Order: sequence, then C-alpha cells, then structure tokens
Amino acid sequence: MAAKVKAREDLLTALELAQRELGHIPRSLMIELATAAGISVGEAYGVASFYSFLSIRPLGRHIIRVCKSLPCHIKGAESLIDSIERASGLKPGETSPDGRFSFQLVNCIGACDGSPAIMIDDDLHTGLSPESIPALLERYR
Amino acid sequence: MPEQRIVLHNCGAVDPQSLDSFLRRDGFEALKKARAMAPDRVIEEVKASGLRGRGGAGFPCGAKWELTRKSTGNQKYIICNADEGEVGTFKDRHIIQNDPFSLVEAIAIAGHAIGAVKGFIYLRAEYRRLHRLLESAIEQSKKGGFLDNFDIEIRDGAGAYICGEESALMDSIEGRRGEARFKPPFPPTSGLWGKPTVINNVETLMNVPPIIQRGAAWFSGIGTERSKGTKVFSVAGDVERPGVYELVMGSRLRELVVDLARAEGPNLIQIGGATGHIVPASMMDTPLAFENLLGAGGVTVFNSNRDVIDIVLHTMEFLAEESCGKCTPCREGTAVMVGIMEKFASGEATERDISSLEVLCSTMAASSLCGLGQAAPTAVTDTLQHFRNAYESRLKGKPVGVKS
Repeated sequence: MAAKVKAREDLLTALELAQRELGHIPRSLMIELATAAGISVGEAYGVASFYSFLSIRPLGRHIIRVCKSLPCHIKGAESLIDSIERASGLKPGETSPDGRFSFQLVNCIGACDGSPAIMIDDDLHTGLSPESIPALLERYR
Repeated sequence: MPEQRIVLHNCGAVDPQSLDSFLRRDGFEALKKARAMAPDRVIEEVKASGLRGRGGAGFPCGAKWELTRKSTGNQKYIICNADEGEVGTFKDRHIIQNDPFSLVEAIAIAGHAIGAVKGFIYLRAEYRRLHRLLESAIEQSKKGGFLDNFDIEIRDGAGAYICGEESALMDSIEGRRGEARFKPPFPPTSGLWGKPTVINNVETLMNVPPIIQRGAAWFSGIGTERSKGTKVFSVAGDVERPGVYELVMGSRLRELVVDLARAEGPNLIQIGGATGHIVPASMMDTPLAFENLLGAGGVTVFNSNRDVIDIVLHTMEFLAEESCGKCTPCREGTAVMVGIMEKFASGEATERDISSLEVLCSTMAASSLCGLGQAAPTAVTDTLQHFRNAYESRLKGKPVGVKS
C-alpha cells in the first residue's frame, strides 16, 4: 500500500484504500505512508483524523451510518436509531466486540427523497421503518 | 409553469450504463462541435449564455473559464465538483446516476475550452456506490475514441462537507485536510498544485453541451435578467412528492413546492440547506433566482408541527461539526451559537442571548474565511426576522414546549 504513495497527493487515496481493505488505518501503516509521502507522521495523522469516513481505530466489517440531518430527522431518524441500538446492541460511535458492525451517525447523505435514510457500507437504504431494521441487519454478516 | 428539462433531458430516457444509448440521443455531438471551434470561441459562447454556477455561489461560468484560459502556464485543470453535501440537496446525485455520459462530455468540453491537461471528478464518499458507473462512462467514452486522450480521473471524498468548498476540495485532492484557502489568489490564477484551475459544479457543467448545441442566444432567452436558463431543485421534507424538478429561473417557490412537490401544510421552507435562507410560507410567491432566493437547489419544507428552534439548532449543529476549524470566527462562532440554541431549546435563554446571536451573526458573516462561516448565521438571521416569536416564546420564564 505504501508502494502506491509516491507523493503527498497520493496520500488520501492510499488512506481510503487502507480503510476499505483493513477496516482502519493502523499506526504502522500511517508511519509508512507518511514516510512515502514525505511528511511527518503527525501531518499524516492530521489528514486521517479529519475525514469522517477514515478511522484510526478498527471498525466493524460493516458500517451502519444513519443520517441525522433535518430532512431525515423530521421523518423518523430517531426511531431508526433506537431500533438499530436494540437490534445491534450498539450505541452510536460503538463497534461490536465480535467486529461485525460499527454504528455511526452522519450528516446528510443526499438521500432525502427516501428519508429516513441509512447507509450500510456503500449501500443506501431508504424508506425504512423501525420494524424493518432487524431483517436489514441480518443481510450483513 | 411546467418543468423545463434541459439539464435533465436525458434522465430516464437514456441507459446510464450504455454509450450506445447515449449516442442515440445525440451524445458527444456537442463535444464534436466544440472541438471544431477555437477554445476562445467556446468560452465566448458560454460567456454570452449568461450561465452562472449552480453549486450555490452563482459565479459567471464563462468569466471563470476565460480567466483560467488567460492565466500563464500550460498545466491547467478542470475539476467537476460532485461533493454535493449541502443538506437536502440530491440533484447532482440524480444527474450522475441517470446521465453520467453527458457529464463526461461536458467536462471534456470545458477541458478543451480552458486548455486543461486533465480533468478530475471529486465524488463524495457518500456517493461511492456511483463510482463504478461514472468510471465506466469515462472508460467507454475513452474506448469509443470520444475523449481524444483527455484524461478524467475520479477522486473520492472521505466524508467532509467542507470539501464541497472549492479551495478545501483542492486541498483534499492534494492529500491534505480539507481546509479553505485564503483568496486571492483564486483558482483560475492559482489552484490545484498552484496551477490555473476551474472548479465547476455538476449541474453547471451539464448546461454546457446544450449551450454549445443550441447557442448562447437560445439559453439567455430563458430565465430572468440576471439568472439565465433553468435550475434543478431537489425537494424533500413535508411534501407528498419529494424528488428532483427542473424549472426556469424566476419560477415561484409556490410552483416548485406546492404545485410540483405537493407541500403538506407548509410553514417554513429552507432554501439552500444549512447555509441557505429560511422563509415563511407567506413568502411562497418569491421567485427562485440568484437575485431573490436560490442556493444550490436543495429545498426542505417544514409544516407547522415542526419546531422552529429545533430546525435552527439542528442546522447549527451540522455547521459546527462540519466547520474545518481553520478560522476562528467560524470554528468558535458556530460552537457558541449551538450552545445558545440549546439554551432556547431548553427554555433557559435570555434576551441577552438574542443580542449575542445577532452580534455573532454579523461578525461571522463579515470575517469568516469561506462560505461556510460567512453563511452559517443565515438560518439564525432569517428566523430572527421571520419567526422571532419562536425565540421570544422560549425565553426563560416562559413555559417550555410552547411551539410557534
């Protein structure tokens, strides 16, 4: 992965790749990428910690992202959040001990015409009811 | 007025995965025509059309291209801003998922006009599911010989609203934190890696092929004095028919929100997302144009059951979270405003808090580094003007839970 970084401009792409393949950006990789990019580890850390889709701590195999912005908020995002908490045993910000799910609240994902909307990994799920949550989560092992 | 589909003319009528389907609807004819024109001639046409940016700022597109073309240096870039992160905005998503080939064509025309060595599409992380579709459109166009060695690369965002701001977007492509830059210099002079760069919104670019095909005179004959053409809107919230609609500039808010989207007892409308204006339903006849109210096109409708203070609090929370942190007025100001709005939500606010909000609003608007901080006070300013009693009924001493 560090081999793909030849200059500073390759850093974000490399971090995104690491996130997709490893589920997070481990410290050892951060150091390698920083060296390859010709910047300090602190600066590389600064980039990784800025973006909400990147994580320096391990995330679950599947990331549940519930939109909490206004158009979803008024259409029942809160009850989806409750339902996901019950079905997964996780509060927003947490990752399951068995590494299956991470649960996050995010800002507008551009799916307001199907609110309340959530993403699981790259998949968009719209028009959800609290009752539909358990079956939906079952699809992601 | 019914919709007029210029930008959206292929959406639903073309197979977004098929080059042949696109070609059968005159795909790449505009690019062929543009390539046969001198680049300066293409720029003249875009200038004469009156096309202004569709990402919210409304800067004249032709002028931006001309400045970039005239900048010294032969390494220039065209960037398509597909970071659509403004709350309630999904019109670029709709365009990308339904007509990606037109976008590729438009970027190639822009590249020809400014003399770009390369094009980028900055695609927000939340639209990653569209990456493959867009990449396939680029690949098929290349294989079909339509791009003539012009390279277009997709760069993925990683979840940061501020990267929709052009200078933060460039910093992001450069492998940095997405922070706004001090301007001047502006991108046409010094942009990506310090080179002359055009950053255009998806919808802005989508207007270019029709302008080339049908001419600037045709385009400038549509719309108002200072807002030419059409605008694509995404409507959501308390409406029966949320979705994407394209109207001639200057159409009334009522036509969009009531006639097309079928608003259900509208009370408050937020036009342009978290940094957008807020109007009461009594202003339903306001024209949608740069000279009146516009934004990037996200329109959220709230009925009278929705709490005005809650709407403003949510808006400020969004902005405080998404602030890049570089400049003090925005970083600190948004956080303080959230704190004050929370006091209103819990019935703990005082008259002094209203004055504090007003001072913060004018300070942030005047001194923030970029559009996020400059426009962050808008929801507060507008609701203090149009929904003042929502604040006054929540002052300490009044019973909590009184909505207005």
